[in-house]
Amino acid sequence: METILAIVIGGLYGTGLYLMMRRSMVKLVLGLALLAHAANLLIFVGGRLVRGVPPLVANGAIAPPDGSADPLPQALVLTAIVIGFGVQAFLLVLLKRGYTLMRTDDLDDMRTTET
Amino acid sequence: MSLLLVLPVIIPLFTAILALLCWRHINVQRGIAVVGASCLMVAAVTLLLTISDRGIQCVQVSNWQAPFGITLVADLFGAVMVVLAATSLLAVTVYSLGSVGRALEAVGYYPLIHVMVAGICGAFLTGDVFNLYVCFEVTLVSSFVLMAMGGERQQIEGAIKYVTLNLMASAIFLAAIGLLYGVAGTLNMADLATVLANEPRQTLVNSIAMLFMVGFGIKAAVFPLFFWLPASYHTPNVAITTLFAALLTKVGVYALIRFFTLIFVGDTGLTHTVLLVLAGLTMITGVLGAVAQTEFRRLLSFHIISQIGYLLLGLGLLTHFSLAAVVYFMGHVIIAKTALLLLSGVTQRISGTSELKELGGFYKESPLLSVVFLVPALSLAGIPPLSGFWAKFAVVKASLEAEQYVMVVAALAVGLFTLYYMLNVWAEVFWKDRPVDHPVVAKAPLVMWGPMVAMGILTLGISFGVDPLFQLANRAAFQLIDRQEYIRAVLGGAL
Repeated sequence: METILAIVIGGLYGTGLYLMMRRSMVKLVLGLALLAHAANLLIFVGGRLVRGVPPLVANGAIAPPDGSADPLPQALVLTAIVIGFGVQAFLLVLLKRGYTLMRTDDLDDMRTTET
Repeated sequence: MSLLLVLPVIIPLFTAILALLCWRHINVQRGIAVVGASCLMVAAVTLLLTISDRGIQCVQVSNWQAPFGITLVADLFGAVMVVLAATSLLAVTVYSLGSVGRALEAVGYYPLIHVMVAGICGAFLTGDVFNLYVCFEVTLVSSFVLMAMGGERQQIEGAIKYVTLNLMASAIFLAAIGLLYGVAGTLNMADLATVLANEPRQTLVNSIAMLFMVGFGIKAAVFPLFFWLPASYHTPNVAITTLFAALLTKVGVYALIRFFTLIFVGDTGLTHTVLLVLAGLTMITGVLGAVAQTEFRRLLSFHIISQIGYLLLGLGLLTHFSLAAVVYFMGHVIIAKTALLLLSGVTQRISGTSELKELGGFYKESPLLSVVFLVPALSLAGIPPLSGFWAKFAVVKASLEAEQYVMVVAALAVGLFTLYYMLNVWAEVFWKDRPVDHPVVAKAPLVMWGPMVAMGILTLGISFGVDPLFQLANRAAFQLIDRQEYIRAVLGGAL
């Protein structure tokens, strides 16, 4: 399972970076979204994948059963997804505003501030 | 006691909420913003004095014992950073009263700067890697909005680059967190320090360290990851640029220092050599970039980059003295830089432009302004007896002690170039006559002068108070290099 996810993560990173290196603003947003997903999946896998052993503490016990899934990465991923969602919403509005101002989708046309 | 560590985050957040509640009443918002910034200043200084008195303090949030809960830790370095953040916020808030204007104030300028500083203070005080990520994001999201505020074409262009690069940095940072958790099974910084000390897979740890270095390096504008900075920092309102220049890149540097003194010290031969090389290249590209600029704020943006190089140099050397130099340098550069950027805003207000060619005549018109320029400018160039001289002297001395002679040459040459372009600015803005086609268009209000002069005086203060301040930096560096006090303070009996 970990191997499959590793390949998926690699694919997401590759696709994300490829999209970001195109010149279109829309592809930039999609690329950044894919990068964020890749990072989230990476954290998820980082906590080791375990099937069928939920980290629930049984009645009377003081610790979850041995070999149970680590719940912390899921909490981290949840936080990261929420943050990523907000940031991407902002980015979309920013690019929309950029498009109305500059009438172009081509990132190469946005060089007036560079030196 | 525990309240004191939470206050630097709570006060700006609370100020922002209060200001949001008074959305339509801009004058009330202004009052709240100034009072909030002053309260933060008081809290920050109290925190610093307490830490200086009683050593490292920490709070286990909701009483979840470390390493299971989120820990807030304040050591001397963190507390010094909080005081510097509070100082810049106070100066910029007062300055904003005159410089920002109704259009921005009406769309939530004051709440945004306070939320940003809440995130920054959180980053300085947290003892948990994931919490650091959250604080970074709080800071970033508010900085995104501040950067695009006003909606001019230039700003949107700058903001697109700024947002993209910072989101990439966050994605890399997040990936590094995932890998780190996979290796160490903890994200508490003090716990990480102990766990990684016994980690046999050093290559894996090094790879993760490099990911963190890239993530923070983008935020700190380190060579070769700095291109977003000069493309965006000069576009928003001067007050916003000042706050960004004073604090945002420094949060990246702070994170680098925290990680590469506390957590990743297992293979300093690799990681810290990379840091040294990056430091040298950052200094040199920054200063060469600045020499080529013809616009006041763009020049100052490149100057930020070269100063980041000095800070990294101190970190790369990783000796007690070099870290003390970094702490003092940090104070010096934040204060002097804030003074200069605030000044660039005043000259822009008076002349209606910030192109160096179109400015001029300020020496004749305003000797006070000339003095306020010369003090921080010469200080940043490293002229004795000003603070920059002591800061650079310490960094160079540390490099000599570590026998890094190339770095010594680079640091000295960069100082010389800084002096060259600061004098160039002097000649263009102050010495030469005002161009006839660019007359005075407005007067700068007193609220813009006040903070600028105050930061100038503060530059003098840290110059002449170098002895006690450097002793403080020395103690802060001692806590950084001897990690045991930090680890003991956080983990306590768990060790």
